[in-house]
Order: sequence, then structure tokens, then C-alpha cells
Amino acid sequence: MKRRAFLKTLGLAGAATAAAAVPGLAAEKPAAPGTVLATLFDLSQCIGCGACVEACREANANRYPEPKKPFPPMYPSRVPVEDWSDKRDVDDRLTPYNWLFIQSATVEHQGKSLEVHMPRRCMHCQKPPCANLCPWGAASKTASGSVRINTDICLGGAKCKTVCPWSIPQRQTGVGLYLDLLPSLAGNGVMYKCDRCHARMAAGGLPACIEACPNEVQSIGPRDEIVAKAHELAKAMSGFIYGETENGGTNTIYVSPVPFEAIQAASPPGPGRPTLAPVTDAMSFETSLAAAAVVAPIAAVAGAVLRAAKRNTDAKEHRHG
Amino acid sequence: MASSPIAPWEKKAFAASVFGLGLTGVAQMPIFSRYYIADIPGFAWLGDFVFTHMLHYALAAVFLYFAFRFAATYVLAGRRDHPLTASGAVRVAVYAALIVTGAVRMVKNLSWVYMGEWPVLVVDWTHLFLAMVLLGAVLWARGGDRRRYTALSRR
Ligand code: HEM
Ligand code: SF4
Ligand code: SF4
Ligand code: SF4
Repeated sequence: MKRRAFLKTLGLAGAATAAAAVPGLAAEKPAAPGTVLATLFDLSQCIGCGACVEACREANANRYPEPKKPFPPMYPSRVPVEDWSDKRDVDDRLTPYNWLFIQSATVEHQGKSLEVHMPRRCMHCQKPPCANLCPWGAASKTASGSVRINTDICLGGAKCKTVCPWSIPQRQTGVGLYLDLLPSLAGNGVMYKCDRCHARMAAGGLPACIEACPNEVQSIGPRDEIVAKAHELAKAMSGFIYGETENGGTNTIYVSPVPFEAIQAASPPGPGRPTLAPVTDAMSFETSLAAAAVVAPIAAVAGAVLRAAKRNTDAKEHRHG
Repeated sequence: MASSPIAPWEKKAFAASVFGLGLTGVAQMPIFSRYYIADIPGFAWLGDFVFTHMLHYALAAVFLYFAFRFAATYVLAGRRDHPLTASGAVRVAVYAALIVTGAVRMVKNLSWVYMGEWPVLVVDWTHLFLAMVLLGAVLWARGGDRRRYTALSRR
């Protein structure tokens, strides 16, 4: 499907027109503010040219860390220094200087050998452990369904990476707020990852990687429409879906002509290279325990009222009896 | 009415929930692993963020149960002749503020709630700051003649 037609079905025809005329220009008819947006990757169209990776690096270059050296010593000595500032060219994995990479794999499927390319970056979870568990308020969801790390606030403890099912955020030591606090004792830099081009989107534009792709692999739109589109597409190519239900649902949906287990087997995960395994909902307990936290005080007050009422009747009986 | 309407075991359970909330709250900062505490046999769970986060949620429910039970009992007993002491008022205020900020944090974690980045930051720092204030208040209340929440009857 042509990109214009595609975006039109998503109610983003304005964006298509504007983007076609002047790349990155404000959409005439953007989705209503507060609409949760998701992106769809049609992997059957990706040729692995890397234009999206290039575009991401270009669009975000001015946000990359510029650490001061030497780094302050950190205690205890086992705290790892993570320095990518001399390896900025690495583009086959996630780093603080590379928020998108192409995972390529040759996969046998139904008797055919297929070359599959999969652009990988933050999934933008609907219940993001990175943001829900950030103890410093540096990571948060946005109204459009993306997840951001505020690099001015982040202390680089890397908890977000530990709790992310895909270990997405990447650390650079020697930058950020921790330098102004207790650099030897707490913190270790800043965590970086895709923020779905927050500033460009806020200005009415499209993420750089979407705009740069010659094959219109990606599209963006309201999540329910993107999910419906993904299912249509998967049905049409007898394909497979990843990201719709992973970790309780993400705003990044891949449709692939080959099973994701096969991609994973041919291109195993590793440092900076996220898994493709099924991911269960890490935060599923939150909603039920939050409900318990609502019920508990109500039960407590009800119990106290009953107890007080009983005391009163007992006291009355005592007086009259 | 001279005796407290709150049983000793309830006070102990409340205190335990507060200690647990403090511990699992501090465990949310990546420091127990950095400083070898999670390496001590039997304490590895303190380095498991998702587990301690879940415990913090569960303990919050226990804490809320007792906090509201005590508050309701106090109000219903109509003990106007037992006003809060200064140390009692300070602790009640800090607990109330911890409940409000903690509840906001729970709400913002619901998948359909988007709160904006600055509110998240402010509520987070406030909850953390209040936890430190509470530690100070509790230690202060242990000293001198400040243990009681309510004054003895004036009658
Ligand atoms: C009584 C004492 C409490 C203490 C000492 C305490 C302490 C803490 C600390 C130190 C943190 C980590 C720092 C931060 O993220 O701000 C935290 C996080 C949190 N607290 Fe509390 N808290 C208390 C009560 C509560 C209550 C009553 C609730 C809910 C109603 C609550 C909900 C939360 C949530 C949702 C988080 C963030 C999630 C997490 O990282 O586990 N807290 N608390
Ligand atoms: S630019 Fe498009 S075709 Fe090229 S690698 Fe990226 S997604 Fe694939
Ligand atoms: S994929 Fe990881 S970094 Fe991205 S939103 Fe989910 S938990 Fe956070
Ligand atoms: S959305 Fe923006 S930040 Fe994210 S991968 Fe694409 S270009 Fe990079």
C-alpha cells in the first residue's frame, strides 16, 4: 500500500500531504492530542538499507552525550564505567549514540530462504517498567504513548535497563546531574534511548526514521487503528505479530512474514541487542495490588465503625442492665 | 475511658508495615546491589527491583488498613479530651502526605493514566523527601516523652 493511502486510513492524511511536500513539516490534521499512538513495522518491506538508522543519528546528534574526561572515580570499584564516546560509529547494536539498529537474519521458512531485517529500538510499552520503577522521576510515559527519559534529570543508575524486558536504555558515564551531586557515591551518568522523536512529534512532524525510509516500512497512528492494520497485514501475508501483547502491550507492533522465534534463532540477542522472546506482563500485579490499596482503608473504616457501634450498644446495655 | 482502643498487636503490625515500606522504598534506588547489601546471603531479594516494588505495593495496602483503622477509631471514639500531641500531629501529617503522594504514584502507573512529566517528577521527589522526613520524625518521637500520639485525658 502506498504511504498516502496508508496514512489516510489512519486519519493522518494531512501528515502525509505535508510530509510529502516538505519533510517534517507540521501535519495539517494531527491526531487529537492525548491519543495514544503506535507505530507499525511491516518487515516484508524492509530492505535493511539503514536509512532510518542514519536519519535517527542525524536528527538526534545534538542530543548525544558529550562526557567530560577523566571521569570522577566511583566507589566501590566494581561500579562499571560505560563509555561509548570513542565508539560513536557503532551501529549494529543500541548504544547511547545509536538508538536504532537493524537486526538482520537469514531465515528458512516454508522451504524458502528469506532475508529479514528488523529495525529495533525502544518498544514504548503501555506499562513501562522503566518509567513505573524509576525512583527519581526521570522516566515517564507521555500522553501520546511514548516513553521518555529526561536526560537532564537521569542519574544513570541503570535500573530502567535492568527492569526493561528488552534492556533498551543505554548508559554513558561522565555526563548529567550526578556530577553535581555525589559523583563518587551515587549515579553513573545518563541513560539514552529512542523517545519516538518527542520534539519533532510535538512540533507536528514525524519521527526521523519514519520519514527517511524509502520503502514506507513504518507507519504511525492511533493504537487501535494500528493494531487493526497489523492484523490485516499479518493475515494478508500469513505473517506473525510481535509487540501487541508483549509485556502487557506496547506501542510498537512488528508484522513479519517469518516467525519471530526464527529471527531470534538466526540472530541471537546479546548486549545492546534486545530479545525477541515472548515477554509476559511484568507489571500485571500493579493493578490488583492498587485495588487492594483502595479496598484496605475502606474495610478498615467499616470495621472501626462496626466496632464502635458494638461498643455503644454494649455500653448502653451495661447502663440499663 | 483510660485504656487505648487500639490493641498492642495492631500497633506492632503498623510499625512493621512502616519499616517494610521504608526498606522496600529505599530498595527502589539502585544502591543495595552497588553497596554489597544484596550480596549478603538471604538479602538478594533486596536487589530485585520488581519484587521489592511489588512488596511496596502490598505493604502499602497493609499500612493503609491500619492507618485508616486507627484514624477512624480515634474519630469514632469521640475522644476530644485526648488531643494529638505535637509529635503525634507531626507524624500524622507526614503519613498523610506519604499516602497522598504514594497514591498518586500508584495512579500514574496505571496503563491508561498519563500524568505529564513534571507532575511525575514533583510527586516522586516529594514522596522520597517525605520518607526521609518520616525517618527523622520517627527517631525524634522515640526520644524524651514524645512516644504517645494522643495526650492523656485531661479529665
Ligand atoms: C509509610 C511510609 C512510606 C515510606 C517510608 C515510603 C518510602 C518510599 C520510598 C523511599 C520510595 C522510593 C523513592 C521514590 O520513588 O520516591 C517509595 C516509592 C513508592 N511508594 Fe512509598 N513509602 C511509604 C508509603 C507509601 C504508600 C502508603 C504508598 C501508596 C499508597 C506508596 C507508594 C509508592 C509507590 C507507588 C512508589 C514508587 C514505586 C516503586 O518504586 O516501588 N508508598 N516509597
Ligand atoms: S529505512 Fe526503511 S527499508 Fe531501510 S532499513 Fe530502515 S526501515 Fe528498512
Ligand atoms: S521497551 Fe524498555 S525502555 Fe522501552 S518503554 Fe518498555 S521498558 Fe521502557
Ligand atoms: S523515533 Fe526518532 S529517536 Fe526513535 S528510532 Fe526513530 S528516529 Fe530514532
